[in-house]
Amino acid sequence: MTQGRSGKWQVTFRVFRYKRDAGLARYDTFPLEIGPDETVLDGLEKIWAFQDRSLAFRHACHHASCGTCGMRINGVEKLACIVPVHEVARDGGTVLCEPLRSFPLVSDLVVDVGQFFRRLEEANFEIIRIAEPLPQAQEEALTRFENCIECGLCVSACPVAASDELYLGPATLAASWRMKEEPRSANVPRVLANADQEHGCWRCHAAFECSEVCPSNVDPAAAIMALRRELLKRKLFRRSDNAG
Amino acid sequence: MQDDQRGISRALAWFNVSGRKMGSWAFALNRLTGIGLTLYLLLHLGVLTLLVLGEAQWDAFIALARSPLILALDVVLIFGILYHGLNGIRVALVGMGIAVRWQKALFWGLMALGALLLAVSGWLIFTI
Repeated sequence: MTQGRSGKWQVTFRVFRYKRDAGLARYDTFPLEIGPDETVLDGLEKIWAFQDRSLAFRHACHHASCGTCGMRINGVEKLACIVPVHEVARDGGTVLCEPLRSFPLVSDLVVDVGQFFRRLEEANFEIIRIAEPLPQAQEEALTRFENCIECGLCVSACPVAASDELYLGPATLAASWRMKEEPRSANVPRVLANADQEHGCWRCHAAFECSEVCPSNVDPAAAIMALRRELLKRKLFRRSDNAG
Repeated sequence: MQDDQRGISRALAWFNVSGRKMGSWAFALNRLTGIGLTLYLLLHLGVLTLLVLGEAQWDAFIALARSPLILALDVVLIFGILYHGLNGIRVALVGMGIAVRWQKALFWGLMALGALLLAVSGWLIFTI
C-alpha cells in the first residue's frame, strides 16, 4: 500500500467560496503538491499560506480534540485535521471541501455554530471535573457521551436537521440522554421536557447518519432512541419525572 | 416564493445520499416511496371515479390495466408498499428503543423478506 504513496502527489482542492459582500457562492480550484499522508487541513493551510490569504476556515488543535475543523470532504462530514489526502483522493485527483450543512454560513468553510452551542446549553451539558469521578458502573456508557467534541458533524449529516432548522439535533439530544443518565446538578425534568417536543427527539427518523460520521464514536442515534424509550415509558406508565 | 425555494432545497437534502451509509439510503427511499404511495392513492381514487361513467369506460380501463406495462407498474407499486411497510417496521421498533444495536441486521433481514415477497408478487401478477 505504501508503494505509490511516497513522494508528493498532485491533488486539486476544489473549495466552496462565499463572502457575504461578494454575494453568490462559487467553487475555486487550487492545484497542490502534497504528500498523500498529509491531511486535508494541511492542504487548506498550504492554500491559505501560498495561494489565497482570503480563504476562511476554522481549526485549532490538529488532532481531533477541538472539533473546530469539521467540514464536508467529498460530500461527507469529517474533521479535516485527521483525514489524510490518500483517504479521499488519488494522485492527480480532486478533493472537494464544503462547509457543514444546516448551519448559517459565515464565510467560505466557516459556519456559525452559535445556535448549536446554545442548544447544547439547554441540555445542561456539563464538563465533569476529574475530582468528581463518574460512578464506576456507568463509566463506560457515560464516557461515550463525554467524548463528544461538539464538532457539529452529526448535525450536518442528519437529513432531518437539513429540513427542520428548529430540530434540536443529534448532539443536543445525546447530551440530554447523558444528563438524564448521570445528572449531577442538572434539572432532569427540564432536560427531558426540552427533548420531548415537536422539534426534539421525536423528529428523528432513524437515518443513523449522525453515528456514522461521529469522529468520537459517541453514537448519538442510540442516545436518541434511548431517550425516546425513556419518554415512552414515562408516558405509558405515568412515571414521575424524578423516578429512575 | 423564496420560502418555497428554500423548502424545496431543504427537501432535496433528504435525497443527497452520495457517499452516505445504509441509513441515509433507507431514509431517502422511505421518503421517495412515501411520496410515491401518496400520489398512487390520489391516482387510484381518480381511477375509481370511472365507475360512475358506466360499464364501457370501466371495461376499457380494465383492458388497459392488463397490459404488460401496467402490470410492470403494479410490481413497482408492490415494491413501494413492501419497502415502505417493512422499513417502517424497523423505524418504529428502533424508534421505541427496540433492537437499536441490531438495526442494520434488522434492515437487511426485512429487505430479504421484502425481496422474497416481491418476487412472489411479481410472479403472481404476471401469471394469474
